[in-house]
Amino acid sequence: MAKSNEPMVWSLFSAGGMIAALVTPVLILITGIAIPLGIVGADAIGFERAQAFAANPIGKLILLALVILPLWHGAHRFRFALIDLGLHGAKTALGATCYGFALICSVLAVVAVVQI
Amino acid sequence: MAEKTIEIEVLRYDPEKDAEPYFQTFTVPYVEHWVVLDALTYIKDEIDQSLTFRWSCHMAVCGSCGYNIDGEPHLGCKTFIRDFYPNKVRVEPLANFPIERDLVVVQDDFIEKFADIKPYIIRERHNTVDEGTYKQSRAELIKFKQYTMCINCLLCYSACPQYGLNPEFYGPASLSLAHRYNMDSRDEGREERMEVLAAEEGVWGCTFVGACSRACPKDVDPAGAIQQIKIAATSDWMKEKLMPWGKK
Repeated sequence: MAKSNEPMVWSLFSAGGMIAALVTPVLILITGIAIPLGIVGADAIGFERAQAFAANPIGKLILLALVILPLWHGAHRFRFALIDLGLHGAKTALGATCYGFALICSVLAVVAVVQI
Repeated sequence: MAEKTIEIEVLRYDPEKDAEPYFQTFTVPYVEHWVVLDALTYIKDEIDQSLTFRWSCHMAVCGSCGYNIDGEPHLGCKTFIRDFYPNKVRVEPLANFPIERDLVVVQDDFIEKFADIKPYIIRERHNTVDEGTYKQSRAELIKFKQYTMCINCLLCYSACPQYGLNPEFYGPASLSLAHRYNMDSRDEGREERMEVLAAEEGVWGCTFVGACSRACPKDVDPAGAIQQIKIAATSDWMKEKLMPWGKK
């Protein structure tokens, strides 16, 4: 019996799950609710500050982790949801499609963030 | 006063006679302290001797009397008919296994998988009698103790939607028992077991639905064990693929 290579995507899935559960809701709260409602001043995340954050190497890493890891989480979850709905035979094709999508978006995110 | 009764609806199937399974309803006395197994025993003794079901200890130790009761996997000896009264109780064989006859299922698939994960202590060398027993601390015992409570009743296999979809999957009880031996400080068989556990049909067949842990009548947490094996398999994979120079 061959050992599976699933740990590769499962580790990204787990890390993405942590971020999606713990960090993403906070970001939505701040950027989507608190700032529009004026609870937090809009200048807290104004253009200059946001750009300075994204230009910093550590800021870049944080942005990439926030974008890329939940992408892989979603891709893995979506693949297994479809398998559970009866597409067991298409397991490999679904893997190529879902992880391929996550990979392309990850590369695009890296390109975009590095250019800032 | 007329004696109180309760209806027990049982799935019947004799592959030599019946084209397909069918339900048969029996009316039995309602006794407050009766469990489903008592009602089945009454039917077999007093109404229909041909009714076939497995049972042995009547005290949730042997794991023989697992049935689907009202659509959920339960032990017949732990499920009281008073919890259903005055409604009828529907008893079916465990899901996800072929029916041998009536409530008896064919367990071969589980037995083979169970043997594959080597559910025993593996050591290169065992102590002689003179060398005495192996010492184990309380902390070492706690790591695996809950998994020793498994009675192989197969309720978790009946509850697991992944095993239902993909019979290749090793399933909850086998995997959590493998974990029980992997976590035992006296055992040296982890590497051998990981060959099966880390395969596609091993822990990776699980999507953490958690139905196994909910169904377990002995409060074992197979879903938790499987997630812990996933972490161990991931750490092994990283060491093997990303740091091959570190390989023994």
